[in-house]
Amino acid sequence: MSIILAMFLGLAILVLAITAIYHKNTKVAIIATGAVGLFASVLYLLLAAPDVALTEASIGSGLSTIIFFYVLNKIRHSND
Amino acid sequence: MAHYLTLEFLAMLIGFMLIVIGLWGMITQKNLIKIVIGFSLFDTGLNIVIVSMAYIKNSTAPIIDKAVDVSQAASKVADPVPQALVLTSIVIGLGVTALMLAYVLRMYREKKSLDINSYTDLKW
Amino acid sequence: MIKKGILLLLLVGFVAVIGSLLINFTGSKELNPLARYYAENGPAEVGAANLVTAVVVTYRGFDTLGEVTILFIAAAIVGFLLKVLNADNGRPNKLRKTSEILETASTLLVPTIFMLGVYIFVNGHLTPGGGFQGGAVIATGVMMIILARPASQFNHKLISILESVSGVGFVAMGVLGLILASGFLNNAFLPLGKLGNLLSAGAIPIIYVFIGIKVGSELTGILNSLKENQNEI
Repeated sequence: MSIILAMFLGLAILVLAITAIYHKNTKVAIIATGAVGLFASVLYLLLAAPDVALTEASIGSGLSTIIFFYVLNKIRHSND
Repeated sequence: MAHYLTLEFLAMLIGFMLIVIGLWGMITQKNLIKIVIGFSLFDTGLNIVIVSMAYIKNSTAPIIDKAVDVSQAASKVADPVPQALVLTSIVIGLGVTALMLAYVLRMYREKKSLDINSYTDLKW
Repeated sequence: MIKKGILLLLLVGFVAVIGSLLINFTGSKELNPLARYYAENGPAEVGAANLVTAVVVTYRGFDTLGEVTILFIAAAIVGFLLKVLNADNGRPNKLRKTSEILETASTLLVPTIFMLGVYIFVNGHLTPGGGFQGGAVIATGVMMIILARPASQFNHKLISILESVSGVGFVAMGVLGLILASGFLNNAFLPLGKLGNLLSAGAIPIIYVFIGIKVGSELTGILNSLKENQNEI
């Protein structure tokens, strides 16, 4: 049961990572990076590590995406 | 073939795939922000590899409460040392990503371009 | 074209090295001797129910000191790189208007988010959690305040003073452990208590409170220097 879930998570992480590298729109790439962190947090829960899952969900998926979007906003708004 | 279908082997395979994709993105992309995204994927993949080495077959989380008694803690619990190392590593990865993005902002202020081929000051 | 070919060759070599490591990996059936020692003697010596907390704060506490130092240096460099170049540049400050749903929801949700963050790092030795996760949740609450009221200013001096005081407090707890108990960051100089109570595990809750406040104010400082109505680039 957990092996099937791990295979599904692996497939989702692979597709999202390739989207994050090769998509033309930068915003979609940043959101895909956040989603990779979210699926990695579920994988940590399957591997019996709840502390690490909490840390990855709050820091790797939440705060990292926020900082990327702040920087993109400053670059976009300094053009006018 | 049967010993390749365990949970820790699959998790380590996912981690190594993320490392290869992140490294490929850092080498071949031209946009500065895509390079930082590749570094963040590399960091996530590395943490998955380290946590997958801490899993013991049929084990549970290393917390002692009603499910795991004090006397049988040593036989039912996963390894707590790599989990402590990964806790540190995730926070440091965020700090380094924030530092790289601050450098991207300063570079953009100098030349107004996000393409890495236009920064040729250090080329021979 | 040649460059793409060389890069592909480099990547194939890297994959071959990784593959040879991956083929010979078999999982372990039981704990290795170091983890067995931590699992058997951890609750008796340290008094914490969460074994990962016992390892992070007490057994490998020096690594936590190094991590706190690295975070401090990163936050200082980000604040230094993005400081204000010119005070007024003649451009009117156009701030976007926020919707009413966001303003109303933020007055309800922000105190709850702060309380959740404090709960996570006070109960770090009993349930999964600890200082780093609680500090990140508090920084997210501050982020919601910034989104709902873009004109709010955070006093940068107050954030720096809070961060420095927590850092000094963390090192002071470690030196107290050196003087009163047997080693740096040893937590046995306060009573160990019964396993599973809130006031158990010696000095670990106090150490985690200091780490939680320090990480929360550091991440708030980083978000503050990236805000949109400040430091025009």
